[in-house]
Amino acid sequence: MEIGKGLLSSRRVLDLTDEKGFLCGKILADLGADVIKIEKPGGDITRKLGPFFHEASDPEKSPYWSAYNLNKRGITLNIETKRGQQILTKLAQTADFVLESFAPGYLDDLGIGYMKLSQINPRLIMTSITSFGQTGPYSNYKASDIEVMAMGGLMYITGNPDQPPLRISLPQAFLLASAHGAAASMVAHFHRETVSEGQHVDVSAQACVVWEIANAIPLWELNRNILRRAGSFIAGRWTGTKQRLLWKCKNGYVLFYILGGAFGVKTNRAIVRWMEEEKIAPEFLKNFNWNAFDMATQTQEMQEQIEGHISRLFMMFTKEELYNEALKRGIMLCPVNTCEDIIKNTQLKDRDFWVEIIHPELSTSIKHPGAFAKLSETPLNISRRAPLVGEHNLEIYRDELGLSDAELNDLICGGVI
Amino acid sequence: MSKQIFNGINVLDFGWAIAGPLTLKYLADYGATVICIESFQRPDLLRTATPYKDEIPGVDRAGYFAYFAANKYSISLDLNKPDSLEIVKKLIAWADVVADSHRPGVLERWKLAYNDAVKIKPDIIMIRNSNQGLTGPAATHPGLGNHINGLTGIVNFVGWPEQEPISLMVAYSDYLVPHFAAAALIGALDYRRKTGKGQLIDISQFEVGLQLLAPALINYSVNGVEEKLKGNSCDYAAPHGAFRCKGDDRWCTISVFSNLEWQAFCNAIGKPEWLNDFRFTNLSSRKQNEAKLNDLIEQWTMQHEPEEVIKLLQKAGVAAGVVQNAEDLYDDIQLRERDCFWVADHKELGKFTHLGQPSRLSKTPATFFRAAPCLGEHTEYICRELLGMSQEEYDEYLVKGVFE
Repeated sequence: MEIGKGLLSSRRVLDLTDEKGFLCGKILADLGADVIKIEKPGGDITRKLGPFFHEASDPEKSPYWSAYNLNKRGITLNIETKRGQQILTKLAQTADFVLESFAPGYLDDLGIGYMKLSQINPRLIMTSITSFGQTGPYSNYKASDIEVMAMGGLMYITGNPDQPPLRISLPQAFLLASAHGAAASMVAHFHRETVSEGQHVDVSAQACVVWEIANAIPLWELNRNILRRAGSFIAGRWTGTKQRLLWKCKNGYVLFYILGGAFGVKTNRAIVRWMEEEKIAPEFLKNFNWNAFDMATQTQEMQEQIEGHISRLFMMFTKEELYNEALKRGIMLCPVNTCEDIIKNTQLKDRDFWVEIIHPELSTSIKHPGAFAKLSETPLNISRRAPLVGEHNLEIYRDELGLSDAELNDLICGGVI
Repeated sequence: MSKQIFNGINVLDFGWAIAGPLTLKYLADYGATVICIESFQRPDLLRTATPYKDEIPGVDRAGYFAYFAANKYSISLDLNKPDSLEIVKKLIAWADVVADSHRPGVLERWKLAYNDAVKIKPDIIMIRNSNQGLTGPAATHPGLGNHINGLTGIVNFVGWPEQEPISLMVAYSDYLVPHFAAAALIGALDYRRKTGKGQLIDISQFEVGLQLLAPALINYSVNGVEEKLKGNSCDYAAPHGAFRCKGDDRWCTISVFSNLEWQAFCNAIGKPEWLNDFRFTNLSSRKQNEAKLNDLIEQWTMQHEPEEVIKLLQKAGVAAGVVQNAEDLYDDIQLRERDCFWVADHKELGKFTHLGQPSRLSKTPATFFRAAPCLGEHTEYICRELLGMSQEEYDEYLVKGVFE
């Protein structure tokens, strides 16, 4: 196989997923694969979810679609028809990966599940992304993002103690599962390149959320301590104290917390020095022995006393001023950025993070987040805007599979493409 | 033991805390030899945090570190002692991959950055995980994953309308970066095998974090709209949220998107009369009267345990879940059945639960080989067996305090 510039160049991915799996194919596409998004005729339902570009409801103008189908080609195919299944099977013969996020068993029932496709293409990797995985007592449970965030444990530790558990309002569970799905597919890919054997990669979104809950499991196992929601504080990290994370400033919020031991010394000293310059440093902090400051023996009372003084300092400045000083003084502090702040961020600009994607249909180019990694030898390439509905039908069905115009017409009339 | 995917791949990890080391879990769990470079002079952050076995602090008693570190080896090296660099250079020559997650500048100070490493091993792959990347004006700014929650702005998606945002407790991107980083790293390993070329991979947690907020960023760049806090509500579903159940801080979630699901829901909980209530007839009326609807639902959920609620609703085809806490997860039959946790004896912790992999590969599943290492547990093994040092040589380093 010829090695092109991208890590997965000349690799073919058939992407049958809905929004539960879009990002998986996007990552493989960024790594150089030829990813073909397969939608049902008329287009994926996700295209109909707002918001839209320029707020006009139009399936070709969905930021969500655009964000996660960037860099893919797109065809339509009704895999619930016999002919559709034949065509998919034909495409799978030469594909390297098939990605899907249907309910467990759905593709098997259509006769195009892993067992079937792997018989005609033993090198094929099929990656299935579902809420709970293909097996186990919950595998047929119905779940949207909020259920998976709940069952995976992130919700229980997110939110204020006196309010309900919270999810992240931009759905995340299946993005986590998709990102993991891409990595696990690469593990299977490495194996396939070694011994020419494909396999089925079975991803559980619930289990991917479990990766996000820090030390909650060992905290329960070793100390019988259940990590609970603590609002804008960290809890369960150093004995019984909690540390404030989110702080108000003049025009918004910053993230900062007091760390003990060697990790915190520099920041803690710099903060006190800054207070001294502003003439608001209390006596007890001026000669504080930060080297001996140990979170394990810190009391909540002392913690809050120190935090009170820091909070006064932060309220004197804007988040931009605080961050600029943090950069200069080497203080571990970051602003809470809005989308506007992020788009203006100088670090991202300096690293050429953003890509301008040209949308001829909208007569404009649109800023998209760029590569997730910088590789010196095989850089990621993000350039193709997300496909329009059925945009590459001719390229695939006529030019590649060699279907005649009459056959294509039949497929269109039969609702297959 | 059968052959594993990454058998024969050698990885040297300078990294610490979460994002860097967790990336290498992908290699360790599928058979690579992953060596963590640690030091008693400056133990990993996770070795100095709770929980400890019997609540007695100690670098080998820290569950946070051990939970994420199954299948890895540990060498203890005091990198501030010049003699230790001789060993590090031997290890780089041994390695296929060198990983690091210190602040940019630290490896440079030790003269172990990519340009130095290629002189020792021309086809080395080096992966560097940092907060904001290796270049740019903020590259050397210190910070941890919790700070990145501010940079990416994910905090702006957590909270209730008209209230302050709520910082996530967890360092969200720390646990997210490994998926992206591993995908690139494994691709680079395959490329190296085919072309003989190594490379440098530069991962910025900030940039990876933004991948999961892309729709909001694109929406802003086109429409100039910033997202508002919206609690647990969803534009396309009602009810949609967490509801209090019977018991101490027990909750369930329910999400109803279609009218079919709404009918199934009302019938399942014995409130068919809601189907004829004009306030709830379709999604838009349910959204308009969502607060009232949520109140009514909670009056019902509070009479039931969350497990009962989901059994009933799942049977009716309605999406519902238990808001699981750590104890629930620990006992979760689905996670156990899918081998998401690996329970094994650990030298200091006793019977201990390590994190496994969240997916299953049908032909080459991830495998538990060994419990998380104690600090420096494999120092002698690595020096003697992997690097082939003589006993005299090893003892000489030992006397010089290199392994402290």
